[in-house]
Amino acid sequence: MNRTIALWLFVGLLGFCVLPWYVLDDGLWSFEWLTDGYPFDTDYAPALFLLLQGEKLWLSPVPVLLSLPLLGIVLSKLIPTRPRLLGQILCLAGALGLAYMLAQGFAIGIRGWNSELLVQAFGELGDRQFGFGYGAMLVCISFLFFLTTGIAARGAVNGDVFIVGAIGFVIALVGMFILFPVLNMLSSAVQDGDGNYSFGIFFSKLFSSKIWGLHCLTENRSCGVAWNSLVLALCVGALTTLLGLVFALVATRSGMRQAHLLRPLTVLPIITPPFVIGLAIILLFGLSGAVTTFVADLLGINPTRWVYGLPGILIAQLLSFTPIAFLVLIGVVEGVAPSMEEASQTLRATRWQTFRTVSLPLMRPGIANAFLLGFIESMADFGNPLVLGGNYDVLSTEIFFAIVGAQNDQGQAAVLAIVLLIFTLSAFYAQRRWLGKKSYTTQTGKGDSGIPAVLPRRVLIPSYILVSIWSIFTIVVYGMIFYGGFVEIWGLDHSITLKHYITAFGVTMTDNGLHFRGSAWDSFWTTLRIAATAAPLTAAVGLVTAYLLVRQDFAAKNAFEFGTMLSFAIPGTVIGVAYIMAFNVPPIELTGTGVILVLSFIFRNMPVGIRAGVASMSQLDKSLDEASLTLGANTWRTFREIILPLMKPAILAALVFSFVRAMTAISAVIFLVSAEHNMATSYIIGRVENNDYGIAIAYSTTLIVVMLVVVLVMQLLVGKSKVGRRVAQKITPTV
Amino acid sequence: MTTNIGIKSKAASVEFKQVTKIYGGDVKAVDEVSLHVNAGELVTLLGPSGCGKTTTLRMIAGLEMVSSGSIYIGEQDVTLLPATDRDVSMVFQSYALFPHMNVFENVSYGLRVSKLNKKDILEKTNTGLELVGLAGYGDRLPSELSGGQQQRVAVARALVLEPQVLLFDEPLSNLDAKLRRQVREEIRELQTDLGLTVVYVTHDQEEALAVSDRIIVMRNAGIAQSGSPRDLYEQPADSFVADFIGEANIMDVQISSVDEHTGLARVTLGNLSLELSSRGMSAGPAKLAVRPNRIHLLAQSDVPSLEGVVRKSTYVGNHMEYVVATDHGEWFSISDNVDEVFGAGVKVQVVFSERGPVLLPD
Repeated sequence: MNRTIALWLFVGLLGFCVLPWYVLDDGLWSFEWLTDGYPFDTDYAPALFLLLQGEKLWLSPVPVLLSLPLLGIVLSKLIPTRPRLLGQILCLAGALGLAYMLAQGFAIGIRGWNSELLVQAFGELGDRQFGFGYGAMLVCISFLFFLTTGIAARGAVNGDVFIVGAIGFVIALVGMFILFPVLNMLSSAVQDGDGNYSFGIFFSKLFSSKIWGLHCLTENRSCGVAWNSLVLALCVGALTTLLGLVFALVATRSGMRQAHLLRPLTVLPIITPPFVIGLAIILLFGLSGAVTTFVADLLGINPTRWVYGLPGILIAQLLSFTPIAFLVLIGVVEGVAPSMEEASQTLRATRWQTFRTVSLPLMRPGIANAFLLGFIESMADFGNPLVLGGNYDVLSTEIFFAIVGAQNDQGQAAVLAIVLLIFTLSAFYAQRRWLGKKSYTTQTGKGDSGIPAVLPRRVLIPSYILVSIWSIFTIVVYGMIFYGGFVEIWGLDHSITLKHYITAFGVTMTDNGLHFRGSAWDSFWTTLRIAATAAPLTAAVGLVTAYLLVRQDFAAKNAFEFGTMLSFAIPGTVIGVAYIMAFNVPPIELTGTGVILVLSFIFRNMPVGIRAGVASMSQLDKSLDEASLTLGANTWRTFREIILPLMKPAILAALVFSFVRAMTAISAVIFLVSAEHNMATSYIIGRVENNDYGIAIAYSTTLIVVMLVVVLVMQLLVGKSKVGRRVAQKITPTV
Repeated sequence: MTTNIGIKSKAASVEFKQVTKIYGGDVKAVDEVSLHVNAGELVTLLGPSGCGKTTTLRMIAGLEMVSSGSIYIGEQDVTLLPATDRDVSMVFQSYALFPHMNVFENVSYGLRVSKLNKKDILEKTNTGLELVGLAGYGDRLPSELSGGQQQRVAVARALVLEPQVLLFDEPLSNLDAKLRRQVREEIRELQTDLGLTVVYVTHDQEEALAVSDRIIVMRNAGIAQSGSPRDLYEQPADSFVADFIGEANIMDVQISSVDEHTGLARVTLGNLSLELSSRGMSAGPAKLAVRPNRIHLLAQSDVPSLEGVVRKSTYVGNHMEYVVATDHGEWFSISDNVDEVFGAGVKVQVVFSERGPVLLPD
């Protein structure tokens, strides 16, 4: 216990006395400050030197609170009759310290005091707040762990310092980087331009006809964006579920040998940036698309822009999200025990009756689950509507245009984000409430010697047809993406060229070595760097959270789980808007940095890490942990030496998925990129908006190939693993 | 298995004082249990599944925390100590060998965690492996061992820490029948040679009878009876214990009178009059328990006996099993005599061994 306190005390003092207190203008990784006036220059000074020079005097309570734990240790030695004293003092120091750090951070803004009340109480402040830097962060961290160590000392979770610390840490992260920005955004939605609270304006915005209008029913105008999004999401949910079910049935119950070839399909949505399908649709069905011009020539009519709008987005999203539904449903279809169907058949049901009355009802929860997933994905999709939307506005793109468009109306963006959030959260809530516990899974882990029933003919034949059409279409679409990168100008000049690749990825040898002069290299390297930074952090946060969820019992565990999985239901655009609103001003000033991108990836992809971890950890016999504990190892050591080594496949999977997802993400990224930190996806979108399809497609192809290589390498490393699904290997001692 | 004493025992007693464990607010897994295990004693917790025996064991280990009451190991109150800080080792039902470590690393894990120096770790680990007859297996992975060998690795891993108390959670349930007898004898031998305090959980009454100094029979989160194997078998406290440990014929009877001086109770069954230890009961309804091997069937009897008719007669290899219908219920009897058998429908005389019948409270 005392060693833990000493460690965090050291961290806190390091933050207070040694490292620069405020954020550095040149970014997190610059070390110019070391030679440039440190430690006296107030830009780089540690808090100690600031105080000694009479600056930022409001920081003076911090060292007092930091040293409280020392007092606690001394007192608990002097008064051994009060064993709980140390814990109480630690809790006090941690809680007060955190509260004070946050209070001083938020009370003082860019223009001095943040509130009139404080001005009246203390007079004008001739100073301003800067963002928290290294020093302030370390001090916050040490206060946080004082608090958790104190709580542990008072007996929570059997007094386990590591577990309580980990729980506290995850809660702090989720609070700071999910709850705070989202709540901050909600509150900004009810403020008018001058920062006054006005519910009138909020409600008039929330219920405006631009969002909820139903003009499309009566006149030739478009409906409100909320209806557009809703209609689109319902269609996508229903159709992807149907297609996914058909695929799952063909893959498992057709008796077709080639069926296992369908499985690699599930990798596609993971490695494909979301708008790339949209691009391919344009190449096929756009004004100068291959199919459009062919049909127009054939029928002698003028090509139209019919694909822009609902049809285009729908097709693109169906192609993008059907594999996800397939992924969910194949597990469900396999979960129906063959012996159920055999029982039905021995009771004289025909194949069709068996399918209709036994198989299908048993799949019901899975079907509902797939529908809700499709619904959420469609609502949150940003890339395809942006590329293909035309006049069909949906919530996610409207949010974007409210921020970057001429209007730059953050309030409007916040209101739209709230509407979007209400939709996705309701679906998320419904999924968990209504389906979470209900499971018709009939597999018990005992071997089932039955053979899956072959589908009845009237289901099988339409299924084959659908699957064939879809597969051919998918192949054509990906062929288009590949081919499009080598075409001079799509629709006009179809001669083969390498010029797009050269423009984007040109490399010349100079005297100084390789010179990456292609226009895409910048964003490509940035993307790689940021994705590579985010991946291990995402995996770490995800796996620690998974460990807490699977292996530990503590108060409010359900709320904890709900909170950590919440970011799954928050669309990227909403996270993007919330982040720029929350982290544009002190005390956490991150806009325009690479850090904000990394953070957004960590919290967008955390659920992936959690799921991989939970799935793999549930396969580990709990008595392994217990054996380690009874042999005298503490939880931290058990986690490090037993759990982590046994979870290697899951760790690798979580790493690769968070890496790949960071490479392909667009919705949150597009708000958070800056000139200095541009990402591949936003660069491509920029090229699309300039009608520079050649480079966009060449770049997309490159990304897909890179990620395919990454995923394949991982599959080789892990050996046998199913991408996107549980990557767990059963590790129990053989008996 | 050699009995090299390079590993010492720090055997300590275990004491439960009114320990209760409640799950999820209202499910009592263990209800006000008080028990005492002497240092160097092998005590078995025996009972049907769900009786609380495993929870009791896990509370000794510190893997479950008590809801109320207190636990002492030796002189120390360990009620609030987590598993890590208790000087207790456990052999798990699944053995819980770490699959990513070889045998040596598994056995030395606890020693490494306790930060012993390298020489001691090497020495103790090797002694431990020798003790269970696995010297030379250090480089193998657990998956390369047979079930019995894995089990011994688990025992060695627990032993090398020289724990105050060694716990076994159904250690034989994953072994086949022949190996079970051998391994349980080895465990008993180690325990007596090293003088270990062992608490052993099983639901197999034969296993319990064979290994234990003392058996604690548990039922419905409480203790039904505690005593030596012979006590429990021959003097069960109630019909639950009588039936759970071995089979028993249990019949409703009337105690007609109790002699205050000798403490003998008189029970009449037909023309059979028995004088049995009253075990504190007074005249009135009671139950009579008789083990099947204490019931003998005779073609003719000089002593008073019950008259009956054989209803079933089954040959099971090394003995005969009979069901006999009498005016006083059906009796299940086994007989070693497989040469002269009674067929179904034959009239027989039923007599009891002298120490056979036991009175139980109604």
